[in-house]
Amino acid sequence: MAIETKLPFDQQYVRTFSEGRGEPSWLLDLRLQALAKAEELPLPKPDKTKIDKWNFTQFANHVVQSAPLSSLEELPEAVKALIDLNEEAKNLYVQRDHTPAYLSLSEDLKQKGVIFTDIFTAVREHGELVQKYFMKDGVQVDEHRLTALHAALLNGGVFVYVPKNVEVQTPLQAVYIQEKEDTALFNHIIVVAEDNSKVAYVENYISLAEEANAVVNIVAEVFANTNARVFFAAVDHLAKGITAYVNRRGIAGRDGRIEWALGLMNDGDTVSENITRLIGDGSYGDTKTVVVGRGKQTQNFTTSVIHYGKHTEGYILKHGVVKDSATSIFNGIGKIEHGASKSNAEQESRVLMLNEKARGDANPILLIDEDDVTAGHAASVGRVDPTQLYYLMSRGIPKAEAERLIIHGFLAPVVNEIPLESVKKQLIEIIERKVK
Amino acid sequence: MAVLTIRDLHVSVEGKEILKGVNLEVKGGEIHAIMGPNGTGKSTLSSAIMGHPKYEVTKGSITLDGQDVLEMEVDERARAGLFLAMQYPSEISGVTNADFLRTAINARLGEGNEISLMKFIRKLDEKMSFLEMNPDMAHRYLNEGFSGGEKKRNEILQLLMLEPKIAILDEIDSGLDIDALKIVSKGVNEMRSSDFGCLIITHYQRLLNYITPDYVHVMMQGRIVKSGGPELAQRLEAEGYDWIKKELGIEDETVEQEV
Ligand SMILES: Nc1ncnc2c1ncn2[C@@H]1O[C@H](COP(=O)(O)OP(=O)(O)OP(=O)(O)O)[C@@H](O)[C@H]1O
Ligand SMILES: [Mg+2]
Repeated sequence: MAIETKLPFDQQYVRTFSEGRGEPSWLLDLRLQALAKAEELPLPKPDKTKIDKWNFTQFANHVVQSAPLSSLEELPEAVKALIDLNEEAKNLYVQRDHTPAYLSLSEDLKQKGVIFTDIFTAVREHGELVQKYFMKDGVQVDEHRLTALHAALLNGGVFVYVPKNVEVQTPLQAVYIQEKEDTALFNHIIVVAEDNSKVAYVENYISLAEEANAVVNIVAEVFANTNARVFFAAVDHLAKGITAYVNRRGIAGRDGRIEWALGLMNDGDTVSENITRLIGDGSYGDTKTVVVGRGKQTQNFTTSVIHYGKHTEGYILKHGVVKDSATSIFNGIGKIEHGASKSNAEQESRVLMLNEKARGDANPILLIDEDDVTAGHAASVGRVDPTQLYYLMSRGIPKAEAERLIIHGFLAPVVNEIPLESVKKQLIEIIERKVK
Repeated sequence: MAVLTIRDLHVSVEGKEILKGVNLEVKGGEIHAIMGPNGTGKSTLSSAIMGHPKYEVTKGSITLDGQDVLEMEVDERARAGLFLAMQYPSEISGVTNADFLRTAINARLGEGNEISLMKFIRKLDEKMSFLEMNPDMAHRYLNEGFSGGEKKRNEILQLLMLEPKIAILDEIDSGLDIDALKIVSKGVNEMRSSDFGCLIITHYQRLLNYITPDYVHVMMQGRIVKSGGPELAQRLEAEGYDWIKKELGIEDETVEQEV
């Protein structure tokens, strides 16, 4: 086979990299074991997309050094647009490739014990906490080659920790900038909300170049402990030429709530997986995803809510637009385990295809191992409804504008959920550009 | 003054001829009512005037102030001054009523002449309160989850906001309770002027008690078979359609009848 599967980095490299950052031995050991596993484990197998020829392992730069920012004014316009520069009390982290470039967290939150910092600082300063959550109960190192590779080559990310009973009112925002076109990113996000706490976290992935040649491997682990509430919003907008693996996973404890609003706008080939595990009784998971596929890209989106606890509720909503000769596969899985009685699993997957050559596929799956539950799903793959178009046009709106309105309306479920105006605006603009 | 002229209009749907020679002229200042049993071609006429893509005009002409309407796209017809309140309005998720209306108004005004947000909001508030609509309806998604009556009221809101020259109201009264019927009628009467012509399709005389028509037409077999004044509607209400069928020797009034 032509594709190179040998990893470009060896044990010695990983050891030097880890020691250079002064990482504790538990992390070095974890990395070394992960690297060994990455050599032998197979790639994941997303349903209905063959990824064995995709390049997830070969890249030029594992780490580049960038300068921290002395002021947000130094940021390029595209990034500035994501940030509310006027807001004094912002909770913001900016990462330039692998360098933590800017961080601010309100005094009030610091006082209350909230942690919001880059992952390496967190490892140094809050090692035990990070160790407790890092690739243990959320995403495991040995799930497949890409999770193992992620652990071995981890080179960015943030750690969010909200102590018991603390409610964070202003969302925490993280912006990950891909500045150099050939830089690989292995970004890890951990969000921990302790009992009765509440937090909203919003992240942006943005490439400065129109076209890149890189590998991005993202893992996010979200924990809503007893009666905690986490809102997680993301706008991924990585450039064409970037092969991305994105794994976002949530674990909800008793009466915990996790809500996702994901705008998946990458221009390269992407495998995106979002699983919410409703472990505790009475927990709640709601995942809303919107997607635009264009050009020749192939994307696979798997969204799953797994019910373990009793009286759990899981909702999946996915709306995708596919144009040009792009392919988008939408797998939605609602799974109710034995014992999760009185639970409810609902999902809706809809795909709009704008061209003859575009390919979209919605596969809703319900796996139910318990009698006393309710579940439902709706799925459709189709084109812009001519009756809706006619209605809008009959009010004088030109066809192109009418189509635009319908498409934006179709993608509104996530747009409307984004809690930061600047990010919401950016998502609308990205959609505008992509569907044009 | 606007004039909508329909001459010998023949319309087919999926190869089947529905309208078989309709002649009608609606001028600014006039209110016409079209009545007729189910399935006789009333909605087909309104769809053909507006340009619904499913309805194919096989013969005849439609002009607005001498301009060939049949040459125009649906949106051009609207911008030329036509409006159709639909029997079954579409629901459009994710697009708010207010955004939709503003887009529609701006499409008429053209680039560079857009309505200011302030002015738009003022006009919208005014028209909504005139129609006794809950202000929340402006921010709801277009017709999504609206009750039957709310949808009809929303069609009239669009009429008041867009101020067309000629409006066709297809069963605007169906599903309305008596209070809503009065409000919708009030909306239409508000538009009444020498610059506004209206074609009302209805099954019920009661709407015409509130909006007095100048002309009443009866449609059967895809044609207008009888025309008269408001008294015609009253007679239809009292006696039904049998007397017309007898008078004209019609047995099957639907469009199925081959002539
Ligand atoms: N899109 C369509 N496809 C197939 N048949 C159609 C279509 N539209 C109309 N027809 C047929 O044309 C005939 C006339 O329909 P139309 O809707 O114009 O009647 P109408 O007079 O408006 O009836 P109603 O009073 O029930 O609203 C009916 O037989 C109807 O089934
Ligand atoms: Mg009808």
